[in-house]
Amino acid sequence: MDSDLLLPRPEGLYCPAGDFFIDPMQPVARAVVTHAHGDHARSGSGLYHVAAAGRLLMRERLGADSILHAHDWSERFTLGDTSVSFHPSGHILGAAQVRIEGRGKVVVVSGDYKRDPDPTCAPFEPVPCDVFVTESTFGLPIYRWPSMRTVVADILAWVDECRDRGVPAVLFCYALGKAQRLLAELATRSDRTVHLHGAMLRLVEVYRNAGVHMLPTVPVSESARGKDFAGELIMAPPSAAGSPWMRRFGKASTGFASGWMQVRGARRRRGYDRGFVVSDHADWPGLLRSVDDCGAKRIYVTHGDGEALVRHLRDTGHEAFPLRSLGGAMPDARSSEEGD
Amino acid sequence: MRRFAALFEALDRTSSTSAKRDAMAAYFADAPAVDAAWAVYVLGGGKLKRTATSTELRLALAAETGYAEWLIDDSYQHVGDLAETIALMLPGAEDGGDDVPLHVWMEARLPSLARLEPSERIELLREWWRPLPRQQVFLVNKLLTGSLRVGVSQRLVVQALAQWSNLPTDLIAHRLSGTWKPTAEAFLALAGPERADEHAGERPYPFFLASPLEQDIDSLGAVGDWLAEWKWDGIRAQLMRRAGGALLWSRGEERLDGRFPEIELAALNLPDGCVLDGEILAWTLDEAHPLPFAALQKRIGKLKPGPKLLADTPVRLMTYDLLELDGQDLRERPLGERRSMLAALVEGHGPTLMLSPAVDAPTWDALTAVRGESRERRTEGLMLKRLDSPYRVGRKRGDWWKWKVDPYTVDAVLLYAQPGHGRRSGLFTDYTFGVWEGDTLVPVAKAYSGLDDAEIGRLDRWIRAHTIERFGPVRSVEPTHVFELAFEAIQASGRHKAGVAVRFPRILRWRTDLGIRDADKLDDLRRLASG
Repeated sequence: MDSDLLLPRPEGLYCPAGDFFIDPMQPVARAVVTHAHGDHARSGSGLYHVAAAGRLLMRERLGADSILHAHDWSERFTLGDTSVSFHPSGHILGAAQVRIEGRGKVVVVSGDYKRDPDPTCAPFEPVPCDVFVTESTFGLPIYRWPSMRTVVADILAWVDECRDRGVPAVLFCYALGKAQRLLAELATRSDRTVHLHGAMLRLVEVYRNAGVHMLPTVPVSESARGKDFAGELIMAPPSAAGSPWMRRFGKASTGFASGWMQVRGARRRRGYDRGFVVSDHADWPGLLRSVDDCGAKRIYVTHGDGEALVRHLRDTGHEAFPLRSLGGAMPDARSSEEGD
Repeated sequence: MRRFAALFEALDRTSSTSAKRDAMAAYFADAPAVDAAWAVYVLGGGKLKRTATSTELRLALAAETGYAEWLIDDSYQHVGDLAETIALMLPGAEDGGDDVPLHVWMEARLPSLARLEPSERIELLREWWRPLPRQQVFLVNKLLTGSLRVGVSQRLVVQALAQWSNLPTDLIAHRLSGTWKPTAEAFLALAGPERADEHAGERPYPFFLASPLEQDIDSLGAVGDWLAEWKWDGIRAQLMRRAGGALLWSRGEERLDGRFPEIELAALNLPDGCVLDGEILAWTLDEAHPLPFAALQKRIGKLKPGPKLLADTPVRLMTYDLLELDGQDLRERPLGERRSMLAALVEGHGPTLMLSPAVDAPTWDALTAVRGESRERRTEGLMLKRLDSPYRVGRKRGDWWKWKVDPYTVDAVLLYAQPGHGRRSGLFTDYTFGVWEGDTLVPVAKAYSGLDDAEIGRLDRWIRAHTIERFGPVRSVEPTHVFELAFEAIQASGRHKAGVAVRFPRILRWRTDLGIRDADKLDDLRRLASG
């Protein structure tokens, strides 16, 4: 790839000048990790450079024994012949873009990012660069996110409706990032306690410790046996759907908060009663805006085949290429547990 | 339209039939009758005239957004629905703007499109879209492309109307049958009190539909309680003899006027005020068995068949039930009684109106043996009808069973895949399969159904990772996977590359135990087709 500052390798994106990997998929000697989602932060590497804002989450993910080097936003540190720094990507708490300067060039790897406001993390910072490696999870113009204000109103209206009908409202969402963002957004319009699935407890705790204001929460497991959850809002990871854990809620109404819920076919296929369009990734306008903002001459597109984004960028006068060997799902309504 | 859009959303977001019924009943009580009439029509699957082509919609979208055609296509392939793709790609107004009532869309706006030149049509579409919120853009696009599906059956619409009007569902079903015109009067009449002469009009009776027999045949009790008939492979139809003429209705409740003149002519010899249920079959005089379904298809498509077609492919009505005689509704009488009256009625009317013969057998075992002759008789198996059963409305289990013969099967290799639509949009679910001719795999069948969601997901991922070539939405894949396909019939065909055409192909199972060399040969299929 471009002047060899970064190379796709089986283990992940490699920087030979700095001898490190970004978000390696296998254990390596030196890893630079953008954020704490399981498909980016994997344990087993020799040492990790991470953004300080995400250190607690990384610790949660990578284990107590991992060696973490935490860096403040924009702090330059030297790896081999390169100078590296982290800049907020707005994806989840502590999520970073990686800026690499070396061999007379600046490359920015976006990691996962979004441009919409999020009370749980620092906003995306456009970083001027020569080469921009962008994600494209939602790389089609059909993906344009509604305002969070509308979505929060929809969720609260749904909970009210469930209360009128005397059924619990179970909202499925990814346990890291999405759950905390929703709890923080809901806190602007409500003060009712939310019941949490066990898989979310620790992560919500980490966010609280980081000073994020969210609705009060209580573990579902602490409720008495046979408790009536009618009219209550419960949050759980998607993996809990259809599991025995759900039995306690009887005829609950179910919702799913995800960018994939934008498409009716995906909503119907998942079989949830309600789909709420909330994503921690950039939508199509967000992708294009970010490409423009960083002013890069050359764009590499990861995640899925990103074909449409590459072609559209070329049509509009950019030098754009797919970065194929980096895995990731097709932008097609399936994603890993934390891919959205 | 805002009220209808809210109903659509309520229907779309739940899978509970009772919630859907409640939502519709509430809408019927609340909406102006003229809009409610159109909702009944549209939700009940009423035909919508297509007033713009998908090309025009794409051009309008390209003009409105400035997106390249390939990007619109890519997006469409991902969404699987053009109406929705457009709604998602347009900016979309905030809700609360224009609210043009549903009946104005249906009666004035959409029909006006049809009278325009394509370029004017594209301009008008863009004007209509601009003030609409997304949901309404989607609905308008659906209505003008002639299809709106929201997981509501006509039966459920009938139940919701019954709930709203406090009338029995059978009465509502009958009032809606035939060519029901959506007007405010017609909608209000659905809820009116029952009249004595309600059945004397041109509306067909709702059809009673059989269910597939899944349990053990012995569990049906004594064989003598049942009437067995051949399961004919034709078009289900209701023949109504009314003063001054005869009407023929299809099961889809469409008038078949003029398509089958020999049946209408023969019906004139029947007395006024009778209604027969039966199957239209293509059948030449000198043959012992009906012609294959494909022969009948030539007739279905022809509004006014010419003399040559009439001579080569004559049809007859194989009658099997009598719903009305002398203007009296017989549907509550037991089948045995109705059948005797039917036999007396059609006797002497020649082959064009014949009685579907009873298949007599003293035991279930004997009947099972006779069923083995189904294919040579060009039938699909047997029908089993309880002799004391009334003629019910719709698909009610218990009294009428279809007992089909086992389908033909073939082991075939997956060659091509393309994304599905609706619930399966964005997933590769439409498959093309091939069998061997020498060293090449020749496509023989397309199938869409038969795999469960987990298998579909697994196959989808595999297809994405093993694509060889793309032809628009279609991908060719490395020949690797073998599937057992079932189909109902097979015929020689000049139109198909393989020289054979199969009817109702579907996937029985994924044969992970077979390699591609184990798949069947085209010669085997040809032999079936000629046999």
